[in-house]
Amino acid sequence: MSDIILQANNLVKTYTQRSGRFGFGSTQIRALDDVSVSLKTGSTLAVVGESGSGKSTLARCLLQLHPFDSGEVLFQGQDLAKLSGQALRDIRKHLQMVFQDPFASLNPRMRVGEIVGEGLLIHGLGTASEQKEKVYQMLERVGLEVADAQKYPHQFSGGQRQRIGIARALVLEPKVVVCDEPVSALDVSVQAQILLLLKALQQEMNLSYIFISHDLRVVRHIADEMVVMNQGKIVEHGKVVDIYNAPQQRYTQQLLNAIPGRKAA
Amino acid sequence: MSEILNITNLTITPKSASNRLLVSNVSLTLSAGKTTCIVGESGSGKSLTALSVMGLLSPQLQAKGSVKFQDSELTGLDNRTMQNIRGRKIGMIFQEPMTSLNPVLTVGYQIGETLTAHFGLKGTALKDKIAALLTQVGIPAERANSYPDELSGGQRQRVMIAMSIACEPVLLIADEPTTALDVTVQAQILQLLDQLKTRMNMAMLFITHDFGVVADIADDVIVMFRGEIVETGTKKDVLNKPKHPYTKALLACVPDAEGKKQLKPIDYAWLKNGLNEKKVAA
Repeated sequence: MSDIILQANNLVKTYTQRSGRFGFGSTQIRALDDVSVSLKTGSTLAVVGESGSGKSTLARCLLQLHPFDSGEVLFQGQDLAKLSGQALRDIRKHLQMVFQDPFASLNPRMRVGEIVGEGLLIHGLGTASEQKEKVYQMLERVGLEVADAQKYPHQFSGGQRQRIGIARALVLEPKVVVCDEPVSALDVSVQAQILLLLKALQQEMNLSYIFISHDLRVVRHIADEMVVMNQGKIVEHGKVVDIYNAPQQRYTQQLLNAIPGRKAA
Repeated sequence: MSEILNITNLTITPKSASNRLLVSNVSLTLSAGKTTCIVGESGSGKSLTALSVMGLLSPQLQAKGSVKFQDSELTGLDNRTMQNIRGRKIGMIFQEPMTSLNPVLTVGYQIGETLTAHFGLKGTALKDKIAALLTQVGIPAERANSYPDELSGGQRQRVMIAMSIACEPVLLIADEPTTALDVTVQAQILQLLDQLKTRMNMAMLFITHDFGVVADIADDVIVMFRGEIVETGTKKDVLNKPKHPYTKALLACVPDAEGKKQLKPIDYAWLKNGLNEKKVAA
């Protein structure tokens, strides 16, 4: 259990922002400043921080969706930045992502079956009928129906759309799934359903999750380990239980104190 | 205790389908200096209830029942009379500060608009009042000349608050004012609203779906489910001793910071059967 499936070493990513009068000047913004994380097989690592702390940038850099300035990302010991073309594409099916906004991340002109099956098509996995069968199985597994494959995203509620997003990511049987705020746009009742679904799927498929969130209550329930980010830097990392019981950094304490309902309880 | 708002048997339906009850038989009372939270899932009718108080319901909807505000009946008032109440006696804060502020006007101008409209304030008197309001919500007065995009999300929400309290309303309606904000900023905004409520002795109607926020800010709690009020009570009673099965189920969905609780999703089919049995028994 303790082997590391995904590791990032000393990632640095800078954005250039126009500034000054008429935007002639430029400022460098360090979105990631020497960030290192490691994800153990079958576990969940939460990345926590406020908006602008660099948590989504980290997610995108891990999946090679963003180029970074320096550092390395190792997937099962293999440096992803050195891979290109077909080799990278082959590995991508093991690295999938579930997005935050279930309304914006599904193509409104594609049927649900096409959305979920697109990955299988691209990677050329199985015959057409095998792919179809796989899509149906996955839809049922996430709590949708076979008949839903013929529908369009707008015919579903927010929670159902998030289920579609999860089915899309998991149909390729990935090893690592990056979840970027997967429940923050949902009602608490739906949030509980999705969190339980993610947990069950993790056990069944032996998935490793990177779970990005600003909700510390959710993190407490789903994650094993966590890193706290502030202004592009990791300020604290460790086991979730340890950090919640005894936060070492002032910033982490502030975040924990700001959890609504804590004082009253 | 002085009653500010009295809603009796409010029912909201689409004009085209009057048998579809979006809000059904809602009655509630708000008193000065008290915060009442309406909690519920999306589609439970909590925002519609608030909008009907402001007379801001979509023209496709119709409301029946009575909304009494300080001894005057609000339902059926014409737009002009309603305008004298809206912003002047009832303030409202919306969820998304970026979409509710006008991007091409300075925030100072937008705060001033209400003051000019209701009190005819102009010139230096207006400028001074805007500066005072900004200071009151924790923004430096010189920010009056900034445009909304130059402010952070939390600052924008503070501007919205300054606008809504500019005329010292007796009732403040806040529709999920912190949902779009970071936790640390959320904590600050909740504290600010609570302070203002006490200082100005306002009645506050606070709409949220977050029980954590309820625990922080509410005096009384109203739980809504599919257009109906299923439970009302003090914060302590509703959070610690929920009576209605829906309230219990909803509370079981909320993750706690200690991680002790086993999350349990709502079983709607079970709930529906339970509710029907209750109705039959009654």
